[in-house]
Amino acid sequence: MTINADAQPDVRGRFGDFGGRYVPESIMASLDQLEQAYAEAMHDPAFLDELSLLQRTYVGRPTPLYHARNLSAHIGAQVYLKREDLAHTGAHKINNALGQALLTRRMGKKRVIAETGAGQHGVATATACALLGLECVVYMGSEDIRRQALNAFRMKLLGAEVRPVDSGSRTLKDAINEAMRDWVTHVTTTHYIIGSAVGPHPFPQIVRDFQSVIGREARQQILAVAARLPDRVVACVGGGSNAIGIFHPFVEDSGVQLLGVEAGGRGSGLGENAAPLSFGQPGVLHGAYSYLLQDADGQVVETASVSAGLDYPGVGPEHSFLKDSGRATYTYVDDASALRGFQLLSKLEGIIPALESAHAVAKLVELRDAGEIREGEIIIVNLSGRGDKDINTVASLLGVEI
Amino acid sequence: MRAAFARAKEQGRAAFIPYIMAGYPDAATSVEMARALAEAGADIIELGVPFSDPLADGATIQHASQRALDNGMTLAGCLDIAHAISETTHLPLALMGYYNPFLRMGLDKVCMAASEAGVRGLIIPDLPAEEAQPVIAAARSFGVAPIFLVTPTSPAARIAQVCHAAHDAESGFIYAVSLTGVTGARAALAQDLPAFLQRVRAHSGEIPIAVGFGIATPEHAAQIAQLADGVVVASALINAYDAAPAGEGVTAVSVLARSLRDAARKPSR
Repeated sequence: MTINADAQPDVRGRFGDFGGRYVPESIMASLDQLEQAYAEAMHDPAFLDELSLLQRTYVGRPTPLYHARNLSAHIGAQVYLKREDLAHTGAHKINNALGQALLTRRMGKKRVIAETGAGQHGVATATACALLGLECVVYMGSEDIRRQALNAFRMKLLGAEVRPVDSGSRTLKDAINEAMRDWVTHVTTTHYIIGSAVGPHPFPQIVRDFQSVIGREARQQILAVAARLPDRVVACVGGGSNAIGIFHPFVEDSGVQLLGVEAGGRGSGLGENAAPLSFGQPGVLHGAYSYLLQDADGQVVETASVSAGLDYPGVGPEHSFLKDSGRATYTYVDDASALRGFQLLSKLEGIIPALESAHAVAKLVELRDAGEIREGEIIIVNLSGRGDKDINTVASLLGVEI
Repeated sequence: MRAAFARAKEQGRAAFIPYIMAGYPDAATSVEMARALAEAGADIIELGVPFSDPLADGATIQHASQRALDNGMTLAGCLDIAHAISETTHLPLALMGYYNPFLRMGLDKVCMAASEAGVRGLIIPDLPAEEAQPVIAAARSFGVAPIFLVTPTSPAARIAQVCHAAHDAESGFIYAVSLTGVTGARAALAQDLPAFLQRVRAHSGEIPIAVGFGIATPEHAAQIAQLADGVVVASALINAYDAAPAGEGVTAVSVLARSLRDAARKPSR
């Protein structure tokens, strides 16, 4: 089907039925302020020039589109990797963090809060705040601090305060709850740099727009090297910011299949995965109506994934819209498959991917094994981050002591 | 529900609206606590529905919510508790809970069951007036109405808009959040509270205003009674329960409730 990509969200912050603003009244005025400040910034050449300069000279954009020949031979297709792992701080998260930090300064706010799962968004936000002289507090589940000790320390080096969250499952969902509570309390002085394409309007739109630089570059790059559009674009989906970033500029190219890969975790049962588009039903969490992993009573369930960055029961509302409209397809790979993808890319291409991105790589192998790869087809995989942060996790899963 | 405010006003008081988390510490105690609160002079009872992600709540209600869920409490279970409370107390009830469990059960079904259980108001802290149309529509046919919150950060235009929505929906009252923050007992009331309530009063017309969040002591209740039509107390009552020796929790809640209710006197004219 054809979708006018720029028509979403509508004035009520809806992507079809999904999205909206389901938040405490305390922060409604700040969401209005943010919406207005964002609309003005996006029409201000000075803001856009500064963002563009920093993207080039600080983040290192454009990131390369790398023709992965060894992986291509392995899969039986022409596979290109969009190298967001080469962006400053090692993941795509900096695209959004930098944009929103500039927006924070523009709104005259001096304090930033953020939540983080794998730590990549926390590191990116701490980095952007260091650059712009903003106070930064990052909420991180204590279970994630354990899994991602390196990133927790990086944030502290960058001058941020890391606040452990001990409620619930002690992971990303609980870190967002705690960041929201902080924001409700300090809303007049603080901006909440939400890290994925989730949350109340206008966050899903802002995050998508700042991340869409990935897809705009990838589209130009593939046209330059292959002289045609890709057959598929594949990305992992947790909250879905790297995926929406690479999907969005291809949405109107109806011949390009958009494939999102969720975290299948240990299995298909409730609480065994982190794949709401595959196993959930629409509901409201963290300010938006979107697919959600919940029980029969509407309680949000705990999730399971080898990857801290995908370990979240919700998903950005635009993905729910793309799923229901049929424009994008969503699937999942389990922990074991993702781990094989992690090792495969490391050995074949000399690139150690983040465990999140390894889900997208692993899906290619599954497609090949299922006989669903057409010879000569062009596939772009968003390699959303580098895997250094995951070395300890992977070593322990492989039974290696380091 | 408005009749309860009118009756309190006649008696020279602000309406006293204590909160109970359904299923904390267990279902039977919730009903027992409601009965004790009614005897202590409650005008309306607010019954909390536990949720996995209570992002507008501080530590006290988070903990009570989690404990209730761990005990297996569900929305259907809360409605059963509501039914038992209204049968024994005959007080109007307001159900307070986050949107997703309501949505999951189905708004029509929730409103019908709530109405049958004696619930007259729905307080949904993550449902601002802009998103409330489906709830208003479902509630109307069952004699239930959503109760909207206004906060010190709500600009005048939003306060006007929320009051307008409350008027249209025939809400029992407007819930004025006393502070910029999450629920939980505080040592003092916010300094800008009188000015904020004046801004609300400019738009609220005949709809009563009840103030909640942070109210913990009889002194707070007395101050609120000078400024508003009702006082909501939640975390402080739960704290009183938790601090009491085993077996004396309900009595402790009842003692605090009576002192709060008696302190909430209107200035004599």
